[in-house]
Amino acid sequence: MRILLIEDDQQVAAYLLKALGEVGAIADHCADGREGLLMATTEEYDALIVDRMLPKVDGLSIVRTLRASGNHTPALILSALGEVDDRVEGLKAGGDDYLVKPFAFSELHARLEALLRRGAGESPETRLRIADLEMDLLARTVTRGGTEIQLQAREFRLLEYLLRHGGQVVTRTMLLENVWDYHFDPQTNVIDVHVSRLRSKIDKGFDRPLLHTVRGAGYVLRDAESHAG
Amino acid sequence: MSCGMPNRMRDRAKQPFGILRNSIFRLALLYMALSIGSVVVLLGFIYWATAGYADRQIDATIEAEIKGLEEQYRRRGLVGLRNVIAERVSRDPGGASVYLLADEDLEPLVGNLSRWPEPAVGDAGWISFRLRDWGHDKSEEHQARARTFALRSGLNLLVGRDVRDLEETRARILNALAWGLAITAALALGAGLAMGSRVMQRIDAINQTSRDIIEGDLSRRVPTDGNGDDFDELADNLNRMLERIEQLMEAVRQVSDNIAHDLRTPLTRLRTRLELARSGASLSEESREAIDRAVEDADELLSTFNALLRIARIESKHRLVGFVQVDLTQLVQDLAELYEPLAADKEQQLVVQVREGVSAEGDRDLLFQAAANLVDNAIKYSPPGGRIELSAKIHAGQPEISVADSGPGIPREMREKVFQRFFRLDDSRSTPGSGLGLSLVRAVAELHGAGIRMEANEPGLRVDLRFGRSGESTPFPSDSARAP
Repeated sequence: MRILLIEDDQQVAAYLLKALGEVGAIADHCADGREGLLMATTEEYDALIVDRMLPKVDGLSIVRTLRASGNHTPALILSALGEVDDRVEGLKAGGDDYLVKPFAFSELHARLEALLRRGAGESPETRLRIADLEMDLLARTVTRGGTEIQLQAREFRLLEYLLRHGGQVVTRTMLLENVWDYHFDPQTNVIDVHVSRLRSKIDKGFDRPLLHTVRGAGYVLRDAESHAG
Repeated sequence: MSCGMPNRMRDRAKQPFGILRNSIFRLALLYMALSIGSVVVLLGFIYWATAGYADRQIDATIEAEIKGLEEQYRRRGLVGLRNVIAERVSRDPGGASVYLLADEDLEPLVGNLSRWPEPAVGDAGWISFRLRDWGHDKSEEHQARARTFALRSGLNLLVGRDVRDLEETRARILNALAWGLAITAALALGAGLAMGSRVMQRIDAINQTSRDIIEGDLSRRVPTDGNGDDFDELADNLNRMLERIEQLMEAVRQVSDNIAHDLRTPLTRLRTRLELARSGASLSEESREAIDRAVEDADELLSTFNALLRIARIESKHRLVGFVQVDLTQLVQDLAELYEPLAADKEQQLVVQVREGVSAEGDRDLLFQAAANLVDNAIKYSPPGGRIELSAKIHAGQPEISVADSGPGIPREMREKVFQRFFRLDDSRSTPGSGLGLSLVRAVAELHGAGIRMEANEPGLRVDLRFGRSGESTPFPSDSARAP
């Protein structure tokens, strides 16, 4: 994937570039807003990582300008402010996701992956599947190996989100924001309990587990056979 | 910071007789009492000097008449005395002088009274009586003052004067003095209140500013009149103090931001390095384990820093920025849904009791965060098999959410302390947690102008978050157990 990083903090930029390189992304870097806007409009990127506070042109203006000119490259806005209303403001400006500094790289990576998937275009699917696990969005049923699995409403949404991001790591905060629709910081492992409940329903009694925990990052729903690791 | 104090101040004005407790009003009353007291002393003296003087004049006149009669008696005997009296009475029948000569049995012999008045004798021979009652030909109510004495011959003599004029003068003086007193009292009260209300206005201005500052607007300043009086000096001093506080707060915030910048960022980088190291080279299972644990430690440190900074940011935030109407009923239901599996893991029963349509102005995510912290504590401190109850209701017209548990509770004297940063009830700090959860709850409550109350749930603890009626901020009036 090709990423454009617009970030004026040299230290943050250096370590992000290094980490992005490690996960196999090709990243360009601009240290000021005007240069960044120019690069974003002239080059093709899969995703943009834009710091909110930038010299010359600020991050929100960059995203707003791009959207106004019909450029819909997924954009993740970084912010050091960390206020909830700022987040809303960032998303209103046309940002696709919002991350407060400092963040774990795994969080940024997971969100980038999710953005890229979204960028690929979300077709109006009626069926989602991974290995022998299948979800029918119209009938609202879930089956594995032909056996129907009874899920509660929230478990259904949780599994739907995991299926839509099949093969990608999703973090606990991503789950809270997208499945529960609350942006907050739980003191305990509430999400883990929900995931393990779901896991017991979809994996118990089957020889190949599909829902995996990624330590220090989050969860991933994938067919272990096809993705070793 | 206190959210209780300003309410108490505001309540005072509403209490019956509250004005009596107002120091300015009391000062005005005291001023009036002192004025009246000194005026009474002054007027008393004036009365004594005027009415008393007239009294003494009358007595002197009577004494002079007596002297004259005595002279006649000595020179011409009883006959001469009788003649003089008869002559005087006939010469001036409606005059002010009163005479009566009577025998041993007080039977009148000569004079302008037909009977000897009662009481026959008075203090040192002085008596007072109404003229008409004793046969004087005056038709109106006339008072007389007279001196009586027995003559050597056994006869009794009464010499007096009609004191009607004196009485009238006395009444006029008293009337004038009473009016003077009333006017003085009114002026004293008026002046006291006028001066007091001016003082009160300035004190109110200072109080209002203080309340605004307590509610988070540290940029407010006490207004000055610019005339350099004591109040201006007080206002100036308060303003300088506020400036100093603001500087210190700014410095603290600066320190927090420095912590954020200087510690969080490298900590995050450290975490990322560990992550990359883990995924990179071919490591033994043991090293992987060690790295995972290091990442978890880093996460814990980061979450503590984040919580600290978050509290500081919420505390410095101004109310109503980005506030919307939040459906508390839905929020409590979502909360229960999110935490139910965690409670079920501890075999606890999570009960929800909500009333439809409970809502309050606020920040949805922050309110959820605060309520989640309370539920988190409830689950953490309730024993296995315990019961946790979440509710959203309207209490006395005010929206309220409560979290009740069946844990050990919090002793009354500790209920204030648990809101302090890093305060832990168990000194051993063996239970997991940062000691910041309730500090965050309080910061969020204060931001929303909501009151927090902790009560015994027998067994356990119940925490109520009560919101003001649309913008009003008196959730728990006159309650000492709430968060300050």
